[in-house]
Amino acid sequence: MQDTTGAQTHEDGNALAGPLSAVFAHDMTTAVGRCLSCAAERPLAEVSVWSHGPGLVARCPGCDAVLLRLVRTPRGSWLDMTGLSRVLLPV
Amino acid sequence: MTSTSARLGGRVGVRPGWQVATLVDAWAESPSARTLVLDVPGWPGHAPGQHVDLRLTAPDGYTAERSYSIASAASPGTASSVGPETVPDAGPTRVELTVQRVPGGEVSTYLADAFAVGDTIEVRGPVGGWFVWHPTGTTGPLDPAPVLLLAGGSGVVPLTAMIRARRAAGSRVPFRLLYSVRRPEDRLYTRELGVPHPGDDGVDVTVLYTRSAPLDARREPGRMTPADLAAWGWPAELGPACFVCGPTGFVEAAATMLLALGHEPARIKTERFGPAGD
Repeated sequence: MQDTTGAQTHEDGNALAGPLSAVFAHDMTTAVGRCLSCAAERPLAEVSVWSHGPGLVARCPGCDAVLLRLVRTPRGSWLDMTGLSRVLLPV
Repeated sequence: MTSTSARLGGRVGVRPGWQVATLVDAWAESPSARTLVLDVPGWPGHAPGQHVDLRLTAPDGYTAERSYSIASAASPGTASSVGPETVPDAGPTRVELTVQRVPGGEVSTYLADAFAVGDTIEVRGPVGGWFVWHPTGTTGPLDPAPVLLLAGGSGVVPLTAMIRARRAAGSRVPFRLLYSVRRPEDRLYTRELGVPHPGDDGVDVTVLYTRSAPLDARREPGRMTPADLAAWGWPAELGPACFVCGPTGFVEAAATMLLALGHEPARIKTERFGPAGD
């Protein structure tokens, strides 16, 4: 991974590892999420992630639906996972 | 914020999950990349392919966070079966990163140009358990299959960590690295990856230049093609574990080629770090 400031290209779910480690005890990049929109299942490491806005936005690489948003504000961290119908945490 | 104003100064407390690391050594890895050796007290060890998040805080409180892959093999403190560390003077709390300077990058330019030995920085990690190779089975499931590493530019950093971990563990798993890079001067770890290194029997490295190539290059300059993968990668029939890391455009092109060559999707792990730029 590398600093890529200035580019508007997406990264992938590996970039969620650190920010989500502040929320979950389990490594969420290996967790398998199901897209609420298209039902595709994949490890969160493989989703598309945009990190250039005020927070992180993860989208389904298959159907482009928003899966997860994580935004830090002065009030606290907002985590929206309504785009994921379920998540499997592998043993 | 300008990059030179990014300083970790006078922090009262460190947030949970973060710790303060100190730069203990640094050297130029190429004209545009610098390797940093951080001392991170209490470092728990890591698996090759994992990364850390770094955070800079400006005097006005503005913070910037970036992720960087770990370049060093897993620290000897992590597992008794891991052999000698490859980095001189490395100890169990030393973590090596290689930072590619991105023009205009507020964090990379600071780390590559201004961050001095003795300076401190906030670190979170190691993080990421997906894009990793486990050389001994002590950090995760042991996979005896051959390994195919496809690197675009500084995507070679975590893949080099895998080669170093293989060496440190005395692993005999056959490795092939295809390293796509613009020009000879942009190569990282040139000497280490360019000549047979003790302990690296079974690691084949092919450098694919995209813009300009030296006279002894294996082919004309150009982007990686399916013919390159067929010539210098592993056949899909061997079921190699494939790791692809680089700019998003490189990774998506490479993953598409691997699928077209018959590699199983589940055997292809990818890590994208953003901009195109072969």
